[in-house]
Amino acid sequence: MNDIWQGVVAAFRLVVTLDSGLFEIVLRSLHVTLTAVVIASLIGLPLGAWLAVNRFRFRRATIALLNALMGLPPVVVGLIVYIILSRSGPLGVFGLLFTPTAMIIAQVIIITPLIASISHQAIRDLWAEYHDLLISLNTTRVQRIKTLIWDARRSLITASLAGFGRAIGEVGAIMIVGGNIDHLTRVLTTAIALETGKGDFALALGLGFILITLAVAVNMAIHSFSKTERTGRW
Amino acid sequence: MVTEKSILPLRVNNVTVSKRDKLILNNITTEIRGSGITVIMGPNGAGKTTLLRAMHGLERIISGKITWNLKQSEARGQQAFVFQTPIILRRSVLNNIAYPLHVRKAENALALAEQWANQIGLGTSLELNALFLSGGEKQKLAIARALICKPDVLFLDEPTTNLDGQSTKEIEEVLLSAQQRGTKIIMTTHNLGQAKRLASDVIFLNQGKLYEQTKAQLFFKSPKTTQAKAYIQGDIVE
Repeated sequence: MNDIWQGVVAAFRLVVTLDSGLFEIVLRSLHVTLTAVVIASLIGLPLGAWLAVNRFRFRRATIALLNALMGLPPVVVGLIVYIILSRSGPLGVFGLLFTPTAMIIAQVIIITPLIASISHQAIRDLWAEYHDLLISLNTTRVQRIKTLIWDARRSLITASLAGFGRAIGEVGAIMIVGGNIDHLTRVLTTAIALETGKGDFALALGLGFILITLAVAVNMAIHSFSKTERTGRW
Repeated sequence: MVTEKSILPLRVNNVTVSKRDKLILNNITTEIRGSGITVIMGPNGAGKTTLLRAMHGLERIISGKITWNLKQSEARGQQAFVFQTPIILRRSVLNNIAYPLHVRKAENALALAEQWANQIGLGTSLELNALFLSGGEKQKLAIARALICKPDVLFLDEPTTNLDGQSTKEIEEVLLSAQQRGTKIIMTTHNLGQAKRLASDVIFLNQGKLYEQTKAQLFFKSPKTTQAKAYIQGDIVE
């Protein structure tokens, strides 16, 4: 209990003293995670919609695979991205290893199946409801997908937020491909892992509380911005 | 849009539809023309909804043919369908009504939709989430959305089921005014009173077969088949 209290005090101290190191890693955490969420949403949301609307061979297998990929072990993703981006790997020439870009790539791989799978589920249900109307109105396939994405936007925001939740708290993959380098690739989760390793539990907990606050704040900001949970008027 | 070359007649030739090995429509042949309101009647399970959906291209037919006076691709764009349970988009009332115009990339979609909303009594609910409308209002919205592109043919599947007398009257007025503007209406109903008020001709189905197709007055005055007679008298139809 004492450790937790010290953690709260440490978090408070870091925030009120405007600790520059803290703000640097908070901003980097947000930059890496939000960039990954935007990219994964741009891939995952249309992919989910496309899978919901189209019938093709191996569709069931594709959906099953997508669902299975939701449980991708981050450490394995980190290892594979590490091998691909390392100097001797196929993309080694770009020199991306131990950069925020490598961390973004790893997070995109981890959260895209999650976003695609949740959005597929939401859009599939909506497609079942809209099917006859959209066919009757002679809509094109692209128009159907656009309509479904727009009308399912609240569920899709939830899908993206689920991706954000997974990415902001992720440590295994970004530790491997980012390397937890101070002033370059250190983010909140890797800093927590480092401080825990050093035995500075109060600081680790303090960073943990800031991480939780950040995740809650981003979720609330997005809900507020997208006007979810407001009935009556759209 | 009510076109110069008429989309009608609609010809249904030996159409059979089955679902899960059950025959729903059995070798139906009919022709629909004219500008009045054609009402498809029959007891539950007669195949009314399936026939209506097949005419609109929403059902897969296993044999036979359904043809319009225009090419299939042209004909599709000049029809609209109102479902028994209205399908409401998760949008405002205004955007629901404007949706078919947005699909067609028409100009002034919102202004036109507002006109229609005023016409059907939803002018004060333009920005309201359409899912919050009452059953009657949802059905009126669905009819306005179907009529906004001025279709040559409007299909309606039991449009006033579960609605009270006032809502039914308002919807019937909208339908009659659309019919007067040149839209051919083909609808199903269980409501004999409604059929008598609206129908210019009647198609009577029973157990997937077409028993009668005749002028409405004739149908209600002197039905030819015992099944139609029983149906009109409210007896059990065998």
